[in-house]
Amino acid sequence: MTSQQLPPVLDRSYPLRRALEALLVPLMALVLAAGAFSLFLVFLEKSPVDFFALVWRGAFGSWFSFQNTLQRAAPLLLTALCVALPAHLGLVVIGGEGAVVLGGLAGAAVALPLLGAPPVIVQLAMGLAGVMAGAAWIGFAGWLRARRGINETISSLLLAYVALALFNHIVEGPLRDPLSLNKPSTAPIGDANMIGTLPGTEVHPGLAFGIIACFAFWVLIYRTSFGFSCRVTGGNIRAAQLQGLPVARLIVIACALGGACAGLAGVIEVAAVHGNANASLAAGYGYSGILIAFLARHNPLAIMPMALLVGGITASGGLVQRRLNVPDATVLVLQGMIFLSILTSETFYGRMRWFQPRKAV
Amino acid sequence: MDQFSTVAVALLAGSLRVSTPFLFVSIGECLTEKAGRINLGNEGALVLGAMIAYATSYETGSPWLGLLAAMLGGAALGAIHGAVCGLARINDIAMGIAIMLGGTGIAFFFGKPYVQPSAPLLPTIPLGFWSDVSQVRSALDVSPLFFLGIGLALALAWIFRNTRAGLKVRIVGDSADAAKAMGLPIERIRLLSTVIGSGLAGIGGAFLSLCYPASWNEGLSSGQGLVAVALVVFARWNPLNCIYAALLFGAAGALGPSLQTIGISKGYYLFYAAPYVLTLVMMILTVTPGRSLRGMPGELSLVR
Repeated sequence: MTSQQLPPVLDRSYPLRRALEALLVPLMALVLAAGAFSLFLVFLEKSPVDFFALVWRGAFGSWFSFQNTLQRAAPLLLTALCVALPAHLGLVVIGGEGAVVLGGLAGAAVALPLLGAPPVIVQLAMGLAGVMAGAAWIGFAGWLRARRGINETISSLLLAYVALALFNHIVEGPLRDPLSLNKPSTAPIGDANMIGTLPGTEVHPGLAFGIIACFAFWVLIYRTSFGFSCRVTGGNIRAAQLQGLPVARLIVIACALGGACAGLAGVIEVAAVHGNANASLAAGYGYSGILIAFLARHNPLAIMPMALLVGGITASGGLVQRRLNVPDATVLVLQGMIFLSILTSETFYGRMRWFQPRKAV
Repeated sequence: MDQFSTVAVALLAGSLRVSTPFLFVSIGECLTEKAGRINLGNEGALVLGAMIAYATSYETGSPWLGLLAAMLGGAALGAIHGAVCGLARINDIAMGIAIMLGGTGIAFFFGKPYVQPSAPLLPTIPLGFWSDVSQVRSALDVSPLFFLGIGLALALAWIFRNTRAGLKVRIVGDSADAAKAMGLPIERIRLLSTVIGSGLAGIGGAFLSLCYPASWNEGLSSGQGLVAVALVVFARWNPLNCIYAALLFGAAGALGPSLQTIGISKGYYLFYAAPYVLTLVMMILTVTPGRSLRGMPGELSLVR
């Protein structure tokens, strides 16, 4: 077999059309979700126009509100990565919240004996502790899946509940700062050890970490052999096993890396916002991360705009609630509708002929 | 009463109460999974059911009407899940999470005004009439829903084993190819199983708000709907085992509060984690990797 002539590629615009499909389908889903939510508001005799105007104002309308949005998007970038990376292996990990609280707790706990040391050392130790705690927690769920065949969705969620119980036990027990009266928390890590803000803004450096992580994970997934092995495993696990890929190890590593991100999100919240570990850490970042990862179809670069969108909707929640006199769960309803609509839109990929590769005429 | 029997009675009372929502959700999930589909959205159906039951009971004065409404609300969520999962390329696990988020969101949204007022509750059956000890009496005030749940589990087991409908559900769950060859309406059977299962989860929610803990607030559910999915795996997709599993989990959940009755409150939060740890340990012990489980529907994307 020497030279079997391949047919000339005539369908030059197919890659472009495929990209367009990947953009248009979720966009339509978002528009439909917004439409359905508008109907919901009309049904309640509220004005959808007012609602979306308020969301815009509260999320992106001014430099101040935009910074608020960025601040909220920062942990979401990292918790979304916790879902997105294992998803490339075909895993649905939904326990990121557990890694967030344990990461924050580990960071705050490690800082306490080091309080006299130079801030750089304390911060590095905190970061390392948070990352390790998160990686261990989600990595354990991955290990259970790989070695014991236990569904990772359920185990990661159970582990999240266990993590929350552990967190509450430690924060209200052994590590409780006696000075924290109304709101049990660990002892403060000290102002010197806080990581401050990005120059020229009120936004903490967690945003930079999140963006760097998104780019790094994009390279990891789409441009390295590790990422390729992951995607092969996600596409067809039997094929991956037949190729001799170390499927179990890939699963554990991917889950641990995802957990490391979520743990980092927790420790950044401690080092940049709260200054100690308290119940505010369990703010649902892990759960919003699931939504964002699915919105972005697990592409780390697409996670950035989606985190901005969800962060913006959350940031504007207070304003919307006050002005329109609606419960705070309004944001939850909107998020639920977006989630439903985006997932349903999955069925349209490859269904519309115009986007498909054309036969050479 | 000495300390041991105080704890024992409290544990009994607690497990009878705590297990009931587990029982309903796990029977519902068992039916759905037998048809080859997973519904994590049962958590949403549970929370929505709790809210609807409480609100309906408050507005109409009839808790039984609340129960019915909760079932319908749960079934409606199940219908969305079942219909969307019938489309091609939809991941039922992810969809379940979306349904869970949406269901809780809607429940919190409409449930705001009902956090404060107190609604009429479902009656209980005083099975402790023979005892003079007040703790025993209150412990044996069992909700009729508990017996309804047991009855449903028995009925479902009988249906699976002895009826044409049960066989159809099992075929659809075990092999879509076989079902297709027999001309069974696969999607319709799965949709119906999801709707009924989700409706049962709604009843579980009604138990939470109208029997025990008998109030409506946003922290009412602590993931019972999701734990129930794990519980079905543990119960090997057998409705009868669901009863034992639910009772076991109820007891684990009641452990912390029971010890509190004699003043042991140290590590309260750790006891709170008991049912979750128990679930994990049970799954680790009972699931064997690389081998499909006895009783597991072949079409299930849960343990592969």
